[in-house]
Amino acid sequence: MEALGALRGGELRRPMELRKLLAYFFTAALLVLYPFIVPSQYFTTLATQVLIFSTFSMGLNLLLGYTGMASLGHGALFGAGAYVPALLSKYVINNFWIGMSTGLLMALLISVVFALIAVRISGVYFIFITLALGQVIWALVFGWKSVTGGDEGITGLGSPLVWPSFSLSGGNQYYYLALLFFLIVLMITYRVITSPFGHAMVGIRENESRMRALGFNVWRCKFIAFVVSGVISGLAGVIWAYYTGFVNPRDASFERSTEAVLMVILGGSGTFLGPVVGTTIILIIKNIVAIYTKRWLFVLGMAYILIILFASKGVMGALKGRLKGLLGQT
Amino acid sequence: MKPLVIENLSKSFEGLQAVWDVSFQIEAGERVVIIGPNGAGKTTLFNLITGVLPPTEGRIHLFGEEVTHLPSHRRTRLGIARTFQITNLFPELTLHENILLAVLGTHPRQYVMHKAVTSFGPIVEKTQSLLSEWGFEENMHTLVRNLSYGMQRQIEVIMALACDAKLLLLDEATAGLPPGEISTLSSMILKLDPKITLLIIEHDMNVAFQLAHRMIVLQNGRVIAEGPPEKIKVDSKVQEIYLGEEGVENA
Repeated sequence: MEALGALRGGELRRPMELRKLLAYFFTAALLVLYPFIVPSQYFTTLATQVLIFSTFSMGLNLLLGYTGMASLGHGALFGAGAYVPALLSKYVINNFWIGMSTGLLMALLISVVFALIAVRISGVYFIFITLALGQVIWALVFGWKSVTGGDEGITGLGSPLVWPSFSLSGGNQYYYLALLFFLIVLMITYRVITSPFGHAMVGIRENESRMRALGFNVWRCKFIAFVVSGVISGLAGVIWAYYTGFVNPRDASFERSTEAVLMVILGGSGTFLGPVVGTTIILIIKNIVAIYTKRWLFVLGMAYILIILFASKGVMGALKGRLKGLLGQT
Repeated sequence: MKPLVIENLSKSFEGLQAVWDVSFQIEAGERVVIIGPNGAGKTTLFNLITGVLPPTEGRIHLFGEEVTHLPSHRRTRLGIARTFQITNLFPELTLHENILLAVLGTHPRQYVMHKAVTSFGPIVEKTQSLLSEWGFEENMHTLVRNLSYGMQRQIEVIMALACDAKLLLLDEATAGLPPGEISTLSSMILKLDPKITLLIIEHDMNVAFQLAHRMIVLQNGRVIAEGPPEKIKVDSKVQEIYLGEEGVENA
C-alpha cells in the first residue's frame, strides 16, 4: 500500500516538473520572440512599458507588499534614476553604462536619505513623510530650470552608447533591454523573498513589536528594505529615461508614485508576480483610456477606489482563493 | 554570573508609580514566580527588563552586563526571551513560519538576502526539531490564527525557546486557558531544560506554587514579600492582600 502511494507520488511528481519546465521554456520563448509575433510595433511599445513599470512596481512591492511600508515617495526614486543619465547625456556623455551606474548611485543616495528620515515613522505618518520627501525631489527638478529644464525636462537621451561602436536604437532593442533588466529584477526579487531577510520583512509587516522581542533589529531591516526597493525603482527610472529618450518632472511626480502603488495593490501586494499582473492591467487600461479621454488621473482614482472596495487582496489574492477553492482546500 | 540583577528599579507614568524601587537577583537555573494583584506592576516590570520601556530610575543587569539603556533586540541577543500575556504571534503566517522567525531572530545570517532560507541547514533543522519536539509537526502548515487558543499559548513558549534563551520570562503563560489545558502548559514548563532560568508571572496559584523555587510578591509596584513558596503561603501580608479569599477557602 505504502509502495503504491510512493509510486503514485513519483508518477505525479514527474509530469508536474516536466510541465513546469515546459512552462518556463514557452514563457521564455514567448518573451524573446514577442516583437516578431505581434502584429504591430504598438504592442512592442506597450510590452516595453509593461516591463519597465513592472520592474518599478516589483521594487515597490518589496517595501509595500512584503515589509508593509506604504511609500508614496518612490516616484522620486524612479525620477532620480531617470534624471541622472539625462543630465549626464546633456552635460557630459551619453553612455548607457555610465548613465546607469550614476543613476543607480543617485537612487541609492536618495533612498538612504529618505530611509534615514522616514523609517522611524510608521503607519499613516510614514505615507505622509514619504509623500513629502518625494515632493521635495519633484520640486527640485521642476524648479531648477537652468539645470533640469524645468517643466520641459531634458531631451536627447536617445541612442546611448552601450559598446564602443554600438549604440541602442530601434524599438526592439529597447524591448530587449527592458526585458533583460526585468528578468534580473524578477530573479533578485525571488531570491530576496525566499531568503532569511525576506522572511524578516514579512515578519515586520505582520507584527513589528514581536520581531523586536525575537531579537530582530527592526529599524535596520526596514532601512535595508527601503534602500533595496528604492534602488530597484531607480533602475526602472534609468531604463525608462533611455527608452523614452527624454525626461520631465512627471517622471519624479506624485502621479508616478500613486500609479506604482496602484499597480502593486491591483496585482496583489506581497505576492511574487502580483506587481507584473497589476502593471500589465493598468497600462492596458491607460492606453485604452488615452484614446477617449485625457482624464487618466480620474480613471486612476476610480480604479483605486474600486480595487480597495472589491478586491483588496488584488488579482493574485483573488486567484489564490479561487484556485484553493477548486482544489477543495480552505 | 547572575542572569538577572535589578537595582532600585522604578517606573512612573505621568504620576502613576507603576514600579517602585524594586530590587532582586536571580541565580542561574532558578525558577522565580512573581505574583500580585492586577495592576501591581508585574508586566511593566517585564517590559523594563526586556527593554520595551525605559525605566525612570534604577539599573538592570543581564548576565553581568548592564543593559538599562540597551534596545530590546540587543537584550534578546544576550540570551533573554519572553512570552506575552496577550498572545503575540504572527497570526497570518503558518506555524512553521512563526517558529522560523523565532529561530532567525538571534541568528547571525538574518540579513542574508541572496540565498533561500531553506539552504541554511541549521536554521531549517532547528525549526523542524522544535516543531517535532513539542508535537506540532502535523500543524506546521496551518495559519496560526486557525490554531486553538491553547495551542497558541504553547507556541508562545516554543517561540521564546527558539532563540536559545538562557533566561525566559513567561508572562502569564496560562492566561485565559480552561483548567484542562492549564496543566498541559504547566507540565510543558516543567519539562524545560533545568539549566534555563525562569522568571514567571502567574495568576493561577496552583501553577505558581508548582513551578516556583522562590516567589516575589508585588503590590502597587513594590515588593512586599519574597521567599520560598512555603514561606509565602503562610505570609500574613500576602494572605491578606492576595491570597485572602483563597486562603479562607482552603482553610
